[in-house]
Amino acid sequence: MTSQTVLRLMVGFYILLFFAYLFGPLVLMGITAFNANSYPQVTPWEGTTLQWFAELAKDDQLLEGIGNSLWIGLGVICLSVPIGLAGAIIMTQIHRRARPIYYTIIVSPVLTPGVILGISTLVFWDRMGTAFDADYESLFYDGIFLTIIGQSTFISAYCMLVFLARLQRFDYSQEEAALDLGATNVQVFWQILIPFLRPAIFSAAVLAFLTSFENYNTTVFTIQAESTLTTVLAGRVRMGTTPALSALAVIIIGVTLVGAVSYELLRRRESRRQAPGADAVKLKKRFREPQAAAQAPQA
Amino acid sequence: MRFVRRNGLFLSGYLLVAVTVWIVFMIVLPQLYMVDFSFRPNLPLNEIGGPDDKYTLENYRYLVFGRPTDEALLNWLHLEVFFRTIIASICVTLLDFCLCYPLAYYMAQVARGGRTRLLLLLLILPFWVNEILRAFAFRLLFASGGMINTALLGLGLIEQPIDFLRADVALYAGLSYAYILLMMFPIYNAVESLDHNQVEAARDLGAPWWHIHLFVVMPFAKPGIAAGCTMVFMLSAGALAVPQILGGPSSLWFTQVIYDWFYQGGNWPQGSAYAFVLLIACILFVLLVMRLFKVGLGEIAR
Repeated sequence: MTSQTVLRLMVGFYILLFFAYLFGPLVLMGITAFNANSYPQVTPWEGTTLQWFAELAKDDQLLEGIGNSLWIGLGVICLSVPIGLAGAIIMTQIHRRARPIYYTIIVSPVLTPGVILGISTLVFWDRMGTAFDADYESLFYDGIFLTIIGQSTFISAYCMLVFLARLQRFDYSQEEAALDLGATNVQVFWQILIPFLRPAIFSAAVLAFLTSFENYNTTVFTIQAESTLTTVLAGRVRMGTTPALSALAVIIIGVTLVGAVSYELLRRRESRRQAPGADAVKLKKRFREPQAAAQAPQA
Repeated sequence: MRFVRRNGLFLSGYLLVAVTVWIVFMIVLPQLYMVDFSFRPNLPLNEIGGPDDKYTLENYRYLVFGRPTDEALLNWLHLEVFFRTIIASICVTLLDFCLCYPLAYYMAQVARGGRTRLLLLLLILPFWVNEILRAFAFRLLFASGGMINTALLGLGLIEQPIDFLRADVALYAGLSYAYILLMMFPIYNAVESLDHNQVEAARDLGAPWWHIHLFVVMPFAKPGIAAGCTMVFMLSAGALAVPQILGGPSSLWFTQVIYDWFYQGGNWPQGSAYAFVLLIACILFVLLVMRLFKVGLGEIAR
């Protein structure tokens, strides 16, 4: 055994441990969802059951939370994708001297702890409500509305970063050519910029929704009397552990995994299509195939 | 206005309105109102704006000194929570760095393309799972009737279950788990752009392996390391769900104190003051990291 082999074994062992740390807790939690034992446990195995899943379907509080989370996620998409796009476009046009300060301001929500974003949103709208003498049914005190605003503060910055990365590859001579040929600014925007940004818009929307759906730190302050999936979950977990929570985890993990994997695959296909040389590869393939077909009968 | 001429009326309207609303009404004003609120007394609704609504330092004084009637000189309860939160977050950050760096280096410089892509995909997957559920999974592992204790009891290694929650083992394990990927990706991206020839050259010149990492790879990956450390520290210090779920009965996290001011104490100005102190601590940490690593903000937030 050479020292190279020993080194390779050690690296392999390290990677194994690392991924056991990443996946172990989740896998074990998943297993407890199917154990009939009423305390979430892997051993002793008291029989395989789906009863914990059935219990979930009867849980009205949880279902309401999920419903609210979905609405909030849609609201966040509608707010933060356009804002993030505008923020990124202005970033490319703003005077070079003003750029660092502008960037610092719009990126600051990413680096601010979520609880502080939630608190500042809550306090701001509460004070506004008091100043305008609004009643308690109005938007100023509406948990869902405040949560959408509070989450969008930093999710818009995420979207902005996604758009900025894409805009860096934008060829501005396209825009100039269209303008020279007599297109209006609005036409250039809708027919050149937006189609170019379409994959980024899709990515930003998915990112915004998933981030919103699993956000807790900001939401817990802005949601007030309402509930979302995460606030219901956090309350449950603090009260005590039941296998029903594991069952819910299994469902959520399943859904997010399918979503994440398909998002990842789409993104990869997109980036492969965008990669320099990808078109040439495609072209080459197209030309090689007839040749291969022509050669086949001879052989 | 060159801006309007370049974008047309409709488009510049949209751009300006969207960014103004974002910056003014979502980023700047709420923060200012929170800070303003933290300097005010806690008044019932009908007295807000009245004669008693004056600026005061009382909320900050309370964090340091406690009530005037208290016997102790300082408000040790909250100060201790604050400093423990900061120090524990730094420890979590260092732990995550030690765990991530070898794997990031392996993926970026050693492994072949296909395997790197597989490892990256595997790394991303748990990241998509809800933070609360990840903490819940750790609770199942570490609870006194949990899986680790059951296993240890079953093997006969211990006779009494160990209270991991009270000893904060679960809390630190859960925190380092929760944000580990935000350490992994910046470091990976930074190390990946290093030309492997530099490593080879250093090796050919006889540098031992730890020299290569300390004097070649790490200086090159500095922006990535800084970004990872900042993100992990911020998220750990600002974490609420993980300490709520995995913290022992006696161990409070600073965000939990803030939460209690809002939801149990009913004292929003006091909570705002505590939140502002946390924000200042985080900003100081970022500035410190930027100074230590000599990197700019643009390199951190990417």
